[in-house]
Amino acid sequence: MARAISTRRKLTFTAIGWLVGFVIFFPILWTVLTSFKTEGEAIASPPHFLFFDWTLQSYYEVQSRSNYFKHMMNSVVISFGSTFIGLLVAIPAAWAMAFSPTKRTKDIMMWMLSTKMLPPVGVLVPIYLLFRDWGLLDTRLGLVIVLTMINLPIIVWMLYTYFKEIPGEILEASRMDGASLAKEIVYVLTPMAVPGIASTLLLNIILAWNEAFWTLNLSAASAAPLTAFIASYSSPEGLFWAKLSAASTLAIAPILILGWFSQRQLVRGLTFGAVK
Amino acid sequence: MATLQTRSAARLMMTPAVLMLFVWMIVPLAMTLYFSLLRYNLLMPGMEEWAGTLNYRYFLTDPAFGAALLNTLLLVGGVLLITLVGGTLLALLLDQPFFGQGIVRLLVIAPFFVMPTVSALVWKNMLMHPVYGIFAWIARLFGLQPVDWLSSLPLFSVTMIVAWQWLPFATLILLTALQSLDEEQKEAAEMDGAGPVSRFIHIVLPHLARAMTVVVLIETIFLLSVFAEILVTTNGGPGTESTNITYLVYAQALLQFDVGGASAGGIVAVILANIVAIFLIRLIGKNLEA
Repeated sequence: MARAISTRRKLTFTAIGWLVGFVIFFPILWTVLTSFKTEGEAIASPPHFLFFDWTLQSYYEVQSRSNYFKHMMNSVVISFGSTFIGLLVAIPAAWAMAFSPTKRTKDIMMWMLSTKMLPPVGVLVPIYLLFRDWGLLDTRLGLVIVLTMINLPIIVWMLYTYFKEIPGEILEASRMDGASLAKEIVYVLTPMAVPGIASTLLLNIILAWNEAFWTLNLSAASAAPLTAFIASYSSPEGLFWAKLSAASTLAIAPILILGWFSQRQLVRGLTFGAVK
Repeated sequence: MATLQTRSAARLMMTPAVLMLFVWMIVPLAMTLYFSLLRYNLLMPGMEEWAGTLNYRYFLTDPAFGAALLNTLLLVGGVLLITLVGGTLLALLLDQPFFGQGIVRLLVIAPFFVMPTVSALVWKNMLMHPVYGIFAWIARLFGLQPVDWLSSLPLFSVTMIVAWQWLPFATLILLTALQSLDEEQKEAAEMDGAGPVSRFIHIVLPHLARAMTVVVLIETIFLLSVFAEILVTTNGGPGTESTNITYLVYAQALLQFDVGGASAGGIVAVILANIVAIFLIRLIGKNLEA
């Protein structure tokens, strides 16, 4: 029963759609363009949009002056590390709650969710003091611990909503056929669970990569991930927009691409399954 | 199906996650509560003493608290308003068939993946700079006086930056909800002679109500804790014009080293967030049963 859509209507919406998309995307586009300029070009007024001498100079300088690569590795270690540990702890928990629910399962899920709603400033002071006393301030290990904990509820919830969709009958059928528990896990459950686990992994790497409360407060020079490194450009010492743009482009490009792939899971993960 | 054995196995599988979260939540929170009742400044070590409710009285009667509370409400409210209205319009737009729809959709959701410090600095420098920024250039094109956004309209500017980051989230959720709307229902209304506006008000809007509630509640949780955007653009200033509760507690703890006062502020923030959380938990809990 598809209605015929007039070409004219479609063209109108094409124009509006692209215009709106361009405006919303403009800050990112402008950052990428500026990263290929010299510092002089970057602050030229009126601004030069495409016709300037494209150069990679800023990218070289960001690396040579501030050891960009080190901060990127910090981001990688912290976001991947916290996500993997989180998954390791969350998979069994979500599994148990999805496949052998008890009366208290719902309460436990709700309680886990409520920990996510604890504002970080509520625990900033003790965490800071404990980290100072334990020598965890400005260490990758410290940040991995914190990010694991703050994303654990989301990981458990996302996995739970995915596991819930695996039909229990299949498990029973395989058990009837005499499959041992190990076989059941390897041949029946794992293949069905992998897509959900992969989506969870993706979304959590994105969240951990962009986390900017704990990373700013608990890191300094040595463990600073990209969020904190970029923040150091806020000092009013001068206008280094080309270098800021180059550092920013490198910091957001990988995550933007991952994000584009995970847009469907994003809705589900961030609404705790309330919108699918 | 669940035998005694699988049930105890299940309990074992849950234990690490539950235990970790429990410790993570209860230990620091108890410490915050305890510190909030002490006179405790890091610049005067060894001078801790019992203070009763003094910290709370100081925090709550500090004019900065009133300002920060108002700023928090304005920031959360402003961003919610922009993202809900903008998100609905964008979702309606992206629901229309047009050429390159998929690409425009990617462009629209992109800001969500930009880390807060990057978006804040890009807006602060390259867009809002009073001399070299794009906005200043546009203003001059029209013969207007460029605005020094972050000094003269600090809270509004921060609101704009945060709204830009959260607009994709609202759009994506509302679009998902919109696409689950029954096409036949719309067609039936159309045949009954309902115009686009009344169709929107009577059919689309009620259908989106649930998704909108989810957007409001989840955004509120995150927006109460906006921090990086303020830290790298205005540092809460000028004065306290763009200080929210989160930033105020941070400043008290890590800039003034007033552990007691900051802890009292932290507890106040927890209470405020809990008021929102109760609603959200109920909503999601209902959904879990459905």
